Amino acid sequence: MKVQDHAQAAAQFIKDEERTDWHDETLWFVRKKRDLAAHGIPEWEQLREWASQIKDHTLSNLSHYLESFEQKATANGIRVHWAADGEEHNRIVHQIIADHDLKRIVKSKSMLTEECHLNEYLIQKGISVVDTDLGERIVQLRKEAPSHIVLPAIHLKKQDVSDTFHDFLDTEKGNNDPQYLTEAARQHLRDYFIASELAITGVNFAIAETGGFVVCTNEGNADMGAHTANVHIACMGIEKIIPKAEHLGVFLRLLARSATGQPVTTYSSHFHRPREGQEMHLVIVDNGRTRQLGRADFRNSLKCIRCAACFNTCPVYRRSGGHSYHTAVAGPIGSILNPNLDMKANADLPFASTLCGSCSNVCPVKIDIHEQLYKWRQVIVQAGYAPVSKKLGMEGMAAVLSSPALYHFSGKMGRTTLKYAPFLVNNGFNPWYKQRDMPAPPAESFGEWYQKNRS
Amino acid sequence: MNSRDRILQATAENQPAQRDLPVIDFERLIRYDEPAVVFEQVLTKIGGQLVRVKNLEEVKNRFGEEDQEKFCVDVIDCTEEDRLKIKAWKATDLALLHTLYIKGSFGVAENSAVWVDELAMVNRLLPFICEHLFIVLEEKEIVPTMHHAYQKTDVNRTGFGSFIAGPSKTADIEQSLVIGAHGPRSLTIYLIEKDSL
Repeated sequence: MKVQDHAQAAAQFIKDEERTDWHDETLWFVRKKRDLAAHGIPEWEQLREWASQIKDHTLSNLSHYLESFEQKATANGIRVHWAADGEEHNRIVHQIIADHDLKRIVKSKSMLTEECHLNEYLIQKGISVVDTDLGERIVQLRKEAPSHIVLPAIHLKKQDVSDTFHDFLDTEKGNNDPQYLTEAARQHLRDYFIASELAITGVNFAIAETGGFVVCTNEGNADMGAHTANVHIACMGIEKIIPKAEHLGVFLRLLARSATGQPVTTYSSHFHRPREGQEMHLVIVDNGRTRQLGRADFRNSLKCIRCAACFNTCPVYRRSGGHSYHTAVAGPIGSILNPNLDMKANADLPFASTLCGSCSNVCPVKIDIHEQLYKWRQVIVQAGYAPVSKKLGMEGMAAVLSSPALYHFSGKMGRTTLKYAPFLVNNGFNPWYKQRDMPAPPAESFGEWYQKNRS
Repeated sequence: MNSRDRILQATAENQPAQRDLPVIDFERLIRYDEPAVVFEQVLTKIGGQLVRVKNLEEVKNRFGEEDQEKFCVDVIDCTEEDRLKIKAWKATDLALLHTLYIKGSFGVAENSAVWVDELAMVNRLLPFICEHLFIVLEEKEIVPTMHHAYQKTDVNRTGFGSFIAGPSKTADIEQSLVIGAHGPRSLTIYLIEKDSL
């Protein structure tokens, strides 16, 4: 199936103007909550600097910390597995499920399992997994992908959720009350929790010093799953490591404030040993991360703690929706992570940005996101993956800008066209006319003005 | 070579030159004149409530106010025999758990999180599956920030521990905040006042 590129998918998204405005405003509201929370901490900028430095240090010693983490975790009674790619990750998880012959499986939010397409893999093996985060359950019932890493159903309105729940959970038709709908989901998922045999969770932080890991949720769904099931599988990328527990002081202060403007998530759960009679597995996944680590221009992207502050602030994300990015992790951070996973398939993403730099300004670990977007564009064009229209446009532009005569002629042509024949540019063939009116042309160019007035 | 060795080798080959860890300077951190007051303000904002009490006796007396018909569990200083029984409970036994009383180790003023570890929980599922959670906390155990919090405890002292801040919640439907997602629908902190100890 041909996947639409970002611009095509975004064009679909913005057809519904009212919904686009709602999406834009809602995410901006979350961004403003983030600002309020950040401004409440006088040492906020210092915290970001510490977080960035801790991550830099960790990446520079990552092999050591991974080994030390594995050793401590194993001593704690956690079974550690290593997966080179998404396929191996899925195989390992499936093997654990098959070994125990388990059917009732619940999963809390894990962007890594989305990245590896675990659910689809397991379905092919005849195993279904129930996503338990409310937003993820909503999109799962609708057979959609999450559109945001923190707010998976942010592209939906409450009437959409109401319709979905009416179809699947037998709720009242037309009852759009979020309280009522959430209660229905609570009752529906509680049955799955009580009966669950195996729980899959993500990992927010893995502590090298103690061999434990931390999972953060607001709903309590990771804990409900992990503490009911007899088998717990936690999945993490190699970049989730932090050196010591005390560093959580820095990261937990930043994470929820950056994500939703909360002072901290409701639950920050620290898992160190399986409970009596429980099996605890941890799958550590590479899937391109070691390659990204070797790219000096892009390794900083591995510092990401998945708060999504860059999504909420991004003028392009807010007006194009997460599905336009056709990847598990959308938004600005996704646009610098995904070209590493598949440069050709994701060649459009670094261009889905205005390079305004707002993403870098809100990033709690100071990733230079907009600079990396710019750098990916160079790499992608050099590798020959730039979209044809963009390539032709760039080549034409290069010809015009490198010849003064051609430049002056083009400018004059442009002004004349706008003045006498605006219909030639004010039409659907000109991408700059979409959602915009072309500006009134100036009477003369600066060059012409300067010629007249230089004396 | 297996995946483990390949990943570790690729990591070692590709990781950048040594960068130093920063020193977290506590002098730079926010200060609160009255951490307990801030704790209460933040807690109220995130949907919890705080009740000031003089001592544990007073808390125990309040327990009686709860409906006796409901399934209530108190794991504050319970007997060894009770601990064994509670520990063995499965999710099916706890499906109707209405109220839980538990002791928190310490609280954090900046975000009103309370550290509860497995020793206090007895059974890991209890504080998540109950409908209403009551945590007893001593005012003198409130620290200003998360940095101070991690100095208070070894996180691996027990097999599991959690910072709990307020009742469970979600805003996944149109960003409308709903209290009571999968965990407790309410959280009450009984704060044992400092002066009265």
